[in-house]
Amino acid sequence: MYEFKTAQELLHLCARHKCRVSEMTVLYEMEFSGSPRGEVLSRMRRNKVIMREAVKAAIRKQKKTSYGMSGGDAAKLLKASRSKKMAVSPLVARAMAYAVATGETNAAMGRISAFPTAGGAGVIPGVLLSASEKWNLSEQKLLRGLFTAGAVGKIIAENATLSAAAGGCQAEVGAATAMAAAGLTEMRGGTPEQCLNAAAIALKSYLGLICDPLGGLVAVPCIKRNMLGASAACAASDASIAGVKSFVPFDEVVFAMKNVAKTMSYKLRETALGGLAVTKTGLRIRKKMGLNGIKQDENEN
Amino acid sequence: MAAKKNITAPPKYSIFDIAGPIMVGPSSSHTAGACKLGQIARALFHGTPDKVTFILHGSFGKVYKGHATDKALLSGVMKWKTSDERMKESFKYAKRIGIEFEFRIQDLGEIHHPNTVKIILEKKGRRPMSMIGASIGGGIVQVVKIDQFNVSLHGVAGQYKTLVVWHDNREGVRTPLIEAIERKKIRVHDIQTARVGDQALSVINMEGRRLKLAEVLEMEKLDGISDIRSLTTLDKQ
Repeated sequence: MYEFKTAQELLHLCARHKCRVSEMTVLYEMEFSGSPRGEVLSRMRRNKVIMREAVKAAIRKQKKTSYGMSGGDAAKLLKASRSKKMAVSPLVARAMAYAVATGETNAAMGRISAFPTAGGAGVIPGVLLSASEKWNLSEQKLLRGLFTAGAVGKIIAENATLSAAAGGCQAEVGAATAMAAAGLTEMRGGTPEQCLNAAAIALKSYLGLICDPLGGLVAVPCIKRNMLGASAACAASDASIAGVKSFVPFDEVVFAMKNVAKTMSYKLRETALGGLAVTKTGLRIRKKMGLNGIKQDENEN
Repeated sequence: MAAKKNITAPPKYSIFDIAGPIMVGPSSSHTAGACKLGQIARALFHGTPDKVTFILHGSFGKVYKGHATDKALLSGVMKWKTSDERMKESFKYAKRIGIEFEFRIQDLGEIHHPNTVKIILEKKGRRPMSMIGASIGGGIVQVVKIDQFNVSLHGVAGQYKTLVVWHDNREGVRTPLIEAIERKKIRVHDIQTARVGDQALSVINMEGRRLKLAEVLEMEKLDGISDIRSLTTLDKQ
């Protein structure tokens, strides 16, 4: 009854039942899992609690991990976000700090919510937690943002992929950015159309983004890609609220993402055989980790 | 990503397949999946082992330290969840409770997924048990061998309740067991049986409530059945 596979179906349902994307998502989940509303809400609340803890942990500990590739940047960003010298708004600056914090906690074996994945876990807490703090929004509104982000993630998962091994970073940070853009748009009172439009604007800019982690570790470039993903999600939401329309609708962008994933070389899908992973710096990390060198022909990307 | 419900139909996702799982980083396949494989091995073995040997194959063998795959595997064997923050200190805890552990790197053969581990559990006075499993992405795991039996056990957490049954390789051993399960109003979804010599192993996926320990012990008394393990430790988060 409340099932949706595409953005179009989701928008139809929202129009028919005169409700927000988040409400439709809650109804879907109640139907899917057979759980009462209270249970569905409390599971999402649990995700929110973990997100907050993960952000705080990195800023408190500032621990260097992953062969020196991660740690300490979230604290720097948070400090800078309080100064008046940032080019981006205080909200975006904080979103960037929180996104990096989540990535640093993940790299340090801390606990995170893999929303939608471990590698792309920083964008959504970055954007949605910062917005709820900066705008003094109720918990209810924050949860709405998270459910809306979840709905967008479900559409991507069912029509393309959320795995970098299958689709590169467009499927992780790219997807997370689209999800966060939609969530933020709902939290600020956007219509369902504006939410999905924000997601489309965001995802278009990430098509083709490769997954090329140094030494295969979830650290470089993942953490800073989450940082910029958070800023991009805020910008995409701003554009959508301003009335800018994505010329290509969200479902078609997801379709394009799937096609791009199919044509992407395996070297650029999490294998650490291409892109940044095989730069001089990348090869140095491989050596530190005791991994085999990469043959010359594999290094000609 | 973990698809719920039917594996063959186009996947339908719960919102909490997307929002979560809550896990200890850094990697869903190398850390969370590894922990889950450890949990399955422990559930199959039933009871605390004296010694665990992990044989790491492929990518698991190459990058296990960077992803803390070793700590995660051991955490799983101690029945810890994928979200347990003690994971980074699992070596210390294992020593404290007297579990001896060892990690070895070995090529298990090309047929295996790059993220594969063989886990051998030993305890004084019991026959050792071995399991080969792979972490195939997004925290989803697959068990391909239990002792000498080739199996295909998908550990999509929370999907089915699973029984693993060691029994004699002859006709009619399974039937009374299936009847016993169905009498309890539990639906059997599918059964896979692997046979080697005069022994066999069946993996039974079920839907409905989980079996109580007493019920499992009762079923173990059926003719031709040597051991039954109920896999109920596969937590969603």
